[in-house]
Amino acid sequence: MSDLIGLTAAETAEKVASGEVSAVEVAQAHLDRIAAVDGKLNAFLHVDTDGALEAAKAVDAHRASGDQLGPLAGVPLAMKDVVVTKGLPTTSGSKILQGWIPPYDATISKRVKDAGIVMLGKTNMDEFAMGSSTENSAYGPTANPWDLSKIPGGSSGGSSAAVAGFEAPLSIGTDTGGSIRQPAAVTGIVGHKPTYGAVSRYGLIAFSSSLDQAGPFGRTVLDAALLHEVIAGHDRCDSTSIPQPVAPVVAAAREGARGDLSGVRVGVVRELQGEGYQAGVLASFEAAVAKLRELGAQVVEVSCPHFEYALPAYYLIAPSECSSNLARFDSVRYGMRVGDDGVNSLEEVMSLTREAGFGPEVKRRIIIGTYALSSGYYDAYYGQAQKVRTLIVRDFTAAFDQADVLVSPTSPFVAFGLGERVDDPMAMYINDLCTLPASLAGTPAISVPCGLSDGLPVGLQIMAPALADDRCYRVAAAFEAATDRLVPPAEVLA
Amino acid sequence: MAHLAHLARMAVSDEELDTFAGQLDVILSAVARVAEVAAADIPPTSHAVAMTNVFRPDEVRPSLPREDVLACAPAVEDDKFRVPRILAEEA
Repeated sequence: MSDLIGLTAAETAEKVASGEVSAVEVAQAHLDRIAAVDGKLNAFLHVDTDGALEAAKAVDAHRASGDQLGPLAGVPLAMKDVVVTKGLPTTSGSKILQGWIPPYDATISKRVKDAGIVMLGKTNMDEFAMGSSTENSAYGPTANPWDLSKIPGGSSGGSSAAVAGFEAPLSIGTDTGGSIRQPAAVTGIVGHKPTYGAVSRYGLIAFSSSLDQAGPFGRTVLDAALLHEVIAGHDRCDSTSIPQPVAPVVAAAREGARGDLSGVRVGVVRELQGEGYQAGVLASFEAAVAKLRELGAQVVEVSCPHFEYALPAYYLIAPSECSSNLARFDSVRYGMRVGDDGVNSLEEVMSLTREAGFGPEVKRRIIIGTYALSSGYYDAYYGQAQKVRTLIVRDFTAAFDQADVLVSPTSPFVAFGLGERVDDPMAMYINDLCTLPASLAGTPAISVPCGLSDGLPVGLQIMAPALADDRCYRVAAAFEAATDRLVPPAEVLA
Repeated sequence: MAHLAHLARMAVSDEELDTFAGQLDVILSAVARVAEVAAADIPPTSHAVAMTNVFRPDEVRPSLPREDVLACAPAVEDDKFRVPRILAEEA
């Protein structure tokens, strides 16, 4: 295993900028790693060897001509396949988009490229980001670098496995109900869901538009912060993009790394622990809270009584919005077409295409969403769920009167076995228990590794008020500085 | 179920209908809990960070090249998307 793949993104950028290594050497080391281990992980759906080496050459050429390089120039990155990339296959983990080559770049893709970041390829995911295990991908599941028989989390499981397995120091995920934070937790890395609207959704294949938010994965808090600052910021192509300066997350990560949390009020959410949580997860969480106290934080308990309704509200809102968003897969403008035999009507072709192109979880959610939005049921389901959303926002507002950040386990469980929950949708949905409140409220939340349970990583979730993403990074960096970094056993991918 | 699938313009096999029917019962009874809270006086929240009247400069920008867009289409004819018949034979 090359030394280059063990470096953090910050270290890599520094070495490239100083000329100690070339961006091409860095890219090649990661491409070699992917070639060696991705047969076991299946983290990538598409590896862009030529494009990556070309981008790396361009960074080296800029450096040679004396240009100032950006803070992540020459650092490799893995992109979740839900993000549209010009000229590179983009499937969103679905058969219905197999072979589609997008004619444009998402804003995130463009910003990553403009920053001199080297995109290695596209990562596996639950189909259209619906799932918590990456088992809903039409292209086979991804394995966890800690134990190949376990899930890497989802829906951004390819992105989490790629970073945890040293295939890339950075990756992009998207989080609708926890799809960045839970994969980060179960693979022992850092993942942040920004404030809704902080990162442009332009070119992100929509699942649930009022919840979808892209964000960074890294092996350190600083790495995630550096990537956050590259992708965040107002974009006029997304009308929900927030027209305000990006929260100073890199400065916050550096300040936090000094390890002093004096004066920071940390609220432990009473409702996000207890029954239904694995004992090992709770033990790691309690030790993490004790550590925050040691670092000077003032720990208080807060109550958010409506958080227990986050799961039912989410599993109405997300399917409703997806049933509408996925109507665009109509077999006309892009994607597959089935049954166009000259006899079948457009409607019949649409219907046959969608039957053949969508997997079971996507179909389930489309049907639930169609039901929840249908005449006579709208008020009882979608309307009520939106009111619950208001109650959850109010719970957060009250809690943030008492605390600067809130903490909980990121997931009630460590990584479970591949195949264990695929036939029980509710058992799968419960993975999102701790991550859903911040999704529904649009508030930022980060997951940072906080120890092992049964040899598998546990995540600490740190939540902050809207637009205060920097608080998540500061507290996470302080915690990280005071704990040992988690590294998967080398023999798993040897 | 079959009606909902039709509303979504999505054919579903009998086998899938059987699997889904039981699962959807469980899911729907779980999500129906939203009715327990949220009284009439609670306003709904559609987006977390509310924004109204989002404007941008009305600038003419080039569209995507036609050939790039049509290159991704399942069927093309005369530089246009080709669709299966829309009207019934007798119409």
